Amino acid sequence: MPDHPTGSDTLPLSLTVNGEARQLRVAPWTTLLDLLREDLGLIGTKKGCDHGQCGSCTVLLDGKRANACLVLAVVKEGSNVTTIEGLAGPGGALHPMQAAFVEHDAFQCGYCTPGQICSAVALVEEGRARTPDEIREHMSGNICRCGAYPNIVAAIEQVLAENAR
Amino acid sequence: MNRFSYVRATDVAQAAREAGAPAAKIIAGGTNLVDLMKYDVERPGRLVDITRLPGLRAIEDAADGGLRIGALVTNTEVAYDRRVEARYPLLSSTILAGATPQLRNSATTGGNLLQRTRCYYFYDVGTPCNKREPGTGCPAIPGVNRIHAVLGASEHCIATHPSDMCVAMAALEAVVRVSGPGGERAIPFAEFHRLPGDAPERDTNLGRGEVVTAVELPARGFPAHYTYLKLRDRHSYAFALVSVAVGMEMDGGRIGEARFALGGVAHKPWRDPEAEAMLRGQAASRDLFERAAERTLRGAKGYGHNTFKIELARRAIVRALEQAAAGTPQSQVDKRIR
Ligand SMILES: Cc1cc2nc3c(=O)[nH]c(=O)nc-3n(C[C@H](O)[C@H](O)[C@H](O)COP(=O)(O)OP(=O)(O)OC[C@H]3O[C@@H](n4cnc5c(N)ncnc54)[C@H](O)[C@@H]3O)c2cc1C
Ligand code: SF4
Ligand code: FES
Ligand code: FES
Repeated sequence: MPDHPTGSDTLPLSLTVNGEARQLRVAPWTTLLDLLREDLGLIGTKKGCDHGQCGSCTVLLDGKRANACLVLAVVKEGSNVTTIEGLAGPGGALHPMQAAFVEHDAFQCGYCTPGQICSAVALVEEGRARTPDEIREHMSGNICRCGAYPNIVAAIEQVLAENAR
Repeated sequence: MNRFSYVRATDVAQAAREAGAPAAKIIAGGTNLVDLMKYDVERPGRLVDITRLPGLRAIEDAADGGLRIGALVTNTEVAYDRRVEARYPLLSSTILAGATPQLRNSATTGGNLLQRTRCYYFYDVGTPCNKREPGTGCPAIPGVNRIHAVLGASEHCIATHPSDMCVAMAALEAVVRVSGPGGERAIPFAEFHRLPGDAPERDTNLGRGEVVTAVELPARGFPAHYTYLKLRDRHSYAFALVSVAVGMEMDGGRIGEARFALGGVAHKPWRDPEAEAMLRGQAASRDLFERAAERTLRGAKGYGHNTFKIELARRAIVRALEQAAAGTPQSQVDKRIR
């Protein structure tokens, strides 16, 4: 259940979300995930388990992937958050990873997909995974109930190959 | 989650003072604490945010040739630090065997040490649990106990410490630096975590109001002969059923210094000094490793579902010692066990 605290319960919080500086007030028990979804209306980031076990809430926090469900928003004062809504280019051009997911049909129901894509973008940025085995290991924090794994790996391989060119 | 107040500590003394209040809890990466708060297992009245404390984010060379890892350095930062990779690859390996890239980005060194020793009953506030509510009993002993301890448990609690990183730190004989109301002190790793005994509610010997500031690694890092073998229900993103961290020095075919620690089998990373002593000065052989494994498990006790862990641990010790002696550490990517 979302919390709608009032007045004295809340603390000020400055965050940059998808490039936009936001001055907010949050209750200390608000997770970053609930803040994004309930207060900012950024419902692309999904809540699966709410306990760090599935990766569907993965966002980029100061450039690094994190499970938004286990982050208390107030702790991240001054941070920079990128969600799936912030990946596309200015004119709405898909991020290369988004385009590769579409091209490889790397999803079925799509529920895990925003988390998978954010995680995959970070994987490429980290530069530690090259082989399919390494991609699987470095994507192990994102569960796909539909089992789209082979196509997810193919999409990531394609982006890695494009970048290597 | 219960309602609580929040304070962002600006120096260690303030953090220790705040954390000393009865209902206060420190938060670092939050990956264990927030999870437990969502289940109402932890219900702090006040959270003390230590993530802004100065001086706790660095990995520094120590004068004795060791390394000092600040309490707020993340698991990812430790695992991929060039000095850790080169001098303490066992530590990198254990960290990379644990959790996921996302969790390791948030998890801190201090938080990993202090994540609760736990089991699924501990998480379920609808059941009794001596660790969560002292004196209510341990439903795991007569109940479902597949993931539970086979060494060092008590009639009051048979939970296991879930950390991979700590298994390496036990073998490396790290020292935990803490700062609190009584000043600063250093706790040898073997004395940091506790066995359950008759006080399973206490996982560690950290005092109230004490803050972990760093972990120090002695110079000896076993960069040539080490391994971390982690056995679990799926290859990634699962806690160890049994794990073994080994650090060895080899002189020709003969073993010099030798350490090994087990994870997933006890309330704390498990070492057996007698079993380690059997290895020193000996030629590496399967027979020797089997005898050391027998020795380690001589007091092991199964509770039904977890009894398989005793034989699993015996075999894992032998295989891990072989891997370390041969200088062929377990890969944490290609999970095949060779
Ligand atoms: C789904 C999931 C899977 C996981 N899998 C694994 C795994 O396979 N292997 C593994 O090893 N771990 C695993 N973990 C556990 C993870 O490693 C820990 O949750 C993490 O290391 C805790 O660090 P933190 O900084 O987030 O701690 P927090 O949650 O912030 O704190 C944990 C505890 O430590 C205390 N604390 C934190 N820092 C200090 C300090 N400096 N001084 C004093 N007290 C302090 C807090 O008060 C709290 O009680 C998993 C976790 C999740 C959620
Ligand atoms: S094993 Fe320990 S943590 Fe688990 S139910 Fe028993 S007392 Fe609680
Ligand atoms: S919702 Fe955060 S990991 Fe599942
Ligand atoms: S596409 Fe359905 S869960 Fe991954």
